[in-house]
Amino acid sequence: MRRRHFSDRGDRILDRNPVRVGRYRLFTRINHWIIAASTILLLLSGLAFYWPSLFWLTALFGGGQAARWLHPILGLVLAVGYLLMFVQLVARNIPRHDDVVWVRHIRDIVDQNEDKLPTLGKYNAGQKFVFWAMAGLILLLLGTGVMIWHQAFPDLVPVPARRWAVLGHSVAAALMAMTFVLHVYAGIWTRGTLSAMTRGWVTGGWAWRHHRKWLKEVAGRRD
Amino acid sequence: MTGRAPEPVTAAANPPVEPLEANLGARDVVRASAMPNLPAPDRSLTEVAKLIDVSKCIGCKACQSACAEWNETHPEIGVNTGVYENPPDLSAEMFTLMRFTEYDNPDTGNFEWLIRKDGCMHCAEPGCLAACPAPGAIVKYSNGIVDFIHENCIGCGYCIIGCPFDVPRISPRDNRSYKCTLCSDRVAMGQGPACAKSCPTQAIVFGTKAAMIEHANDRIADLKSRGYANAGVYDPPGVGGTHVIYVLHHADQPSLYAGLPDDPQVAATVSAWKGANKTIGLAAMGLAAAGAVLHGLFGRANRVSAEDEVEAQALVDREREGDA
Repeated sequence: MRRRHFSDRGDRILDRNPVRVGRYRLFTRINHWIIAASTILLLLSGLAFYWPSLFWLTALFGGGQAARWLHPILGLVLAVGYLLMFVQLVARNIPRHDDVVWVRHIRDIVDQNEDKLPTLGKYNAGQKFVFWAMAGLILLLLGTGVMIWHQAFPDLVPVPARRWAVLGHSVAAALMAMTFVLHVYAGIWTRGTLSAMTRGWVTGGWAWRHHRKWLKEVAGRRD
Repeated sequence: MTGRAPEPVTAAANPPVEPLEANLGARDVVRASAMPNLPAPDRSLTEVAKLIDVSKCIGCKACQSACAEWNETHPEIGVNTGVYENPPDLSAEMFTLMRFTEYDNPDTGNFEWLIRKDGCMHCAEPGCLAACPAPGAIVKYSNGIVDFIHENCIGCGYCIIGCPFDVPRISPRDNRSYKCTLCSDRVAMGQGPACAKSCPTQAIVFGTKAAMIEHANDRIADLKSRGYANAGVYDPPGVGGTHVIYVLHHADQPSLYAGLPDDPQVAATVSAWKGANKTIGLAAMGLAAAGAVLHGLFGRANRVSAEDEVEAQALVDREREGDA
């Protein structure tokens, strides 16, 4: 078996006419949507605590007390889910030289001058950014969140530390919301991407256009 | 009903016996948590204050007993840990606490027993109210009393984060925050707080804030005449003044008294969190979302072409055949 550089073990050519390429296993997809759902619910309940005129959002959770109780539990669901996803995806998200070249061509990316861009493995630099930004922000949110989780840890840290924690938590949350928007929008703007996380596969044309080195390696694999 | 209860000016008087209408309520709220556009009330009450003269306190804890009895709280039966504080800390069941400090005065060589009644200071600029995310869970009345409205409390603990005096406590029983109310329910009926009423030495007195400052100044003059050169009032300006004020023999060193803050103010971290951070954060999130929607509507989507599919098929065929 040749050493894999650009693809994961489960990636497969499913059909050759037309070409369909398997990108995410069922487990990964279910985990992704658990992460997505918990992120959205965390965002909604968190915004309610963040901005007075959005406090009504707590009604979605059965009131302020219920939202306050649920928010940190959802946070744990997100953290565990993301940890599993991190372990699965980290190998293909290590930055490479191609990523530097790709980022330098930001104009060509937006203008869709695909022929001027370097060919890429399973992820481009934007996807890698989302991967690492989410990892760092979730870690920060988890750490600061535990510090201000009064019901579970009332005396974990002294009050001045809690003040820093709550400030850090809200800054990290705003950054995570923006990363979330970037992630969702990139998946919509780049047509043909969503099926990777819904049905688990992408068309050959999508793979050729956006992740050619990945497609080539998957097509050439005999394992 | 024969009318509205009077605004109390002392805790010493006996309560009115005729049925009266409460004279403090929602109509007197001047500030409420997470309700920035609250209309101003149509009347303004006289500011009240509780004065605690630590030089007269004998540490009998009658105030604690009166507080627990009036508010029907039930502090857990504790154990003797070798100190006089009992219970060991403020709690959701103990809104006020005598704190005892043994002080070896280096200037006089005297041993001093400093006793301070701890509890909510009823700040003019309450950090708890600024931090609270639940609309109407913390209110400030025009007479200066800061009160927790428990049915609106969500139990998040932000009031603890906001308070410069470390006073609020969340009850593990119902997950709501509790603290001294300055007996707002008694004040509403023309009576002073239970602690002041019970104090045998009149170390705790209650009245209008102006009268209490005047009384404090009398006490300070008396203390100074008896050698306490640094006697003074503790009405910290960092939180806009308070509606619980102390007379201290060592007003130059408030922290001698079981860590009473020397210059309390709403922490810079709390102001940043509730101020610039919120505005910038919400604006940034809103711009990101709006930018995505606009680009989605007016930008050109990145579509896979038929050509891409042909190229892909050729590549896959090449890779597969090259191997065969």
